[in-house]
Amino acid sequence: MSNIVLETKDLGISFGGLKAAQNVNLKIEKNQLYGLIGPNGAGKTTVFNMITGVYKPTYGKIYLSGDDITGLSQVEINKRGIARTFQNIRLFNNLSVIKNVMVGLANRKEYKCNLAQSIFRTPTYYKAENAMREKAKELLDVFGLLDDRNQSASNLPYGKQRKLEIARALATDPKLLLLDEPAAGMNPQETEELMETIKFVRDRFDMTILLIEHDMKLVGGICDRLTVLNFGKEICQGNTKDVLNNPEVVKAYLGD
Amino acid sequence: MNFKNYFSLIKKGFKVKNFINYFVVIAVTLLFGVLSGIGGLNRSTLALLEQIGYSVIAAVSLSLVVGFLGELSLGHAAFMSLGAFFGSLFQNAVFPSLSSSAPLLSLVLAMIIGGTIAGVFGFIIGLPALRLKGDYLAIVTLAFGEIIKIIFQNMDLFGGVMGFQNRYRYDINSLFIVIFIVLLISLAVIQNLIRSKHGRAVMAVRDNEIAARSMGVNVSYYKIAVFVISAVIAGVAGVLFANTQSTIKSSKFDYNYSINLLVMVVLGGMGNINGTLIASTVITFIDVKLATSLTGDLAVIKNIIYALILILIVIYNNSPSLKKFREKFNLTNAFNRLKKFILDLFNKKKKSKNSSEDTEFGADWSKIPTKIEMDAILSTDLKPDDSYIPDSPDKGGKNE
Repeated sequence: MSNIVLETKDLGISFGGLKAAQNVNLKIEKNQLYGLIGPNGAGKTTVFNMITGVYKPTYGKIYLSGDDITGLSQVEINKRGIARTFQNIRLFNNLSVIKNVMVGLANRKEYKCNLAQSIFRTPTYYKAENAMREKAKELLDVFGLLDDRNQSASNLPYGKQRKLEIARALATDPKLLLLDEPAAGMNPQETEELMETIKFVRDRFDMTILLIEHDMKLVGGICDRLTVLNFGKEICQGNTKDVLNNPEVVKAYLGD
Repeated sequence: MNFKNYFSLIKKGFKVKNFINYFVVIAVTLLFGVLSGIGGLNRSTLALLEQIGYSVIAAVSLSLVVGFLGELSLGHAAFMSLGAFFGSLFQNAVFPSLSSSAPLLSLVLAMIIGGTIAGVFGFIIGLPALRLKGDYLAIVTLAFGEIIKIIFQNMDLFGGVMGFQNRYRYDINSLFIVIFIVLLISLAVIQNLIRSKHGRAVMAVRDNEIAARSMGVNVSYYKIAVFVISAVIAGVAGVLFANTQSTIKSSKFDYNYSINLLVMVVLGGMGNINGTLIASTVITFIDVKLATSLTGDLAVIKNIIYALILILIVIYNNSPSLKKFREKFNLTNAFNRLKKFILDLFNKKKKSKNSSEDTEFGADWSKIPTKIEMDAILSTDLKPDDSYIPDSPDKGGKNE
């Protein structure tokens, strides 16, 4: 039981009469790279939004390491240890690269420093600030972004922006990392590089990763297990190889 | 915690750039303080200094909401009016004896009271800001400003339409020093806030609220905190404003005044404290000078000139055709040129010694074409000799 990081039980949501997702059962073990795939409009991002607290699920439960996190706020869920990236990159464009990461670091317990302490510049402030800067540099170094740290985030090339988003998510010290279509808009070479990055993140940070992806090469290349959604319903679940050869999955993607 | 440790912590991230505006404000205060001490300032200069001082404080506080939180607030003058009325109520009605015996203490207490009351209203205005965005919040703040104005106009306690008679004021000759000290303190509060993790969280909310939430930024907390801090500082500016007036009329704090403050923030550059400082100083200066030089029928022209200046500045900042001109004459480049000029002066002797080596082995940078010149060179047609025409069909032969 303790090995399971995220578990959803009969998770579902309906917007009015539309059931955007129903009976989604995920079970993600520690250090696993789990893929969530499906055609357009299958409800993948909706599932992400429910897990991260953007939407409150209508049915079902979500457990993070055994704790019920259903219906908590986004901030609280982030504190419990789920971080995410977005389908269309959402960086803090006017902040520098290092500050983007430092926003992610701010909630960690070791950098505690309240509003009054930072306005009056107590020693706590200086200690927290210096420690955060060092930690952020460390993280950026891992992703090869250290030299770009003082640029504004919007000036980075696309591939680096993706990396920065992952670095920022990791800065919040998550147990589970959710990646929403990390390869969207990338050419094959960049995708290849991204696959390496994702694998590297899992090994280096001992991370559990759930990702949504359309690129079957990426999914087949790195995912351990897959769940396939179509029209909000789970149609198949299992090892990557078995799932990709499942006739129903092929049907969902290619039609009859 | 001993001081040695503390200073070593400060030293680690110290950048002169971050403190330059404090030095400028201190220098200006000292300069005019000495001038006024030897009696070199007349009444109108003092009034101008005071007006610049409290306008800058108000503009900087608004810049926290507009520039850093990214919410449009059109009712900032209302916070000032709250500070002005309650502050001077305290100075005049509650403790007139204190105002005459210990004016500074009375002024400080008035600032605390005015700031607190404005802060409470800042909290109330911060609540709709949690749910409203952009234009809708602007409408709410605009309405808030007008409501406060009308309430003050109809309260007998504050003198009604005639305005509040402000009898006990701080000494006009040294008020500007108090104003500049308050300016320093509010600058410190705002810049310390901005350059902390809380400031980064505020800017993260401005840049992308959804992403900020997913990074664990407590958006509601920061929105309200920023509105409250901004309102407190504006309230204090209002108290200082009240001390320059013999009658405080709430009609002074109409939406025109709020928009004036907004213009200072926008012209200074969103999220740029130094820009706001410069813009608010310049605009207040122009405003006062025009108001005193144009009287009678000509007073109408003031608004036209004012509007023209704004239009010109906006065009200058945004017109694509002025881009080259702007790059040549902007402040950063001017500063860099000045720096280079000074450095050259210092290094002249060294250079003259080494110059022979430089020209022999190093490239002469002035002779290398810039990118623009290079483009021009490359884009001109090559004119080859008649003897060789590369794509001539006569000589190719093969394809025909």
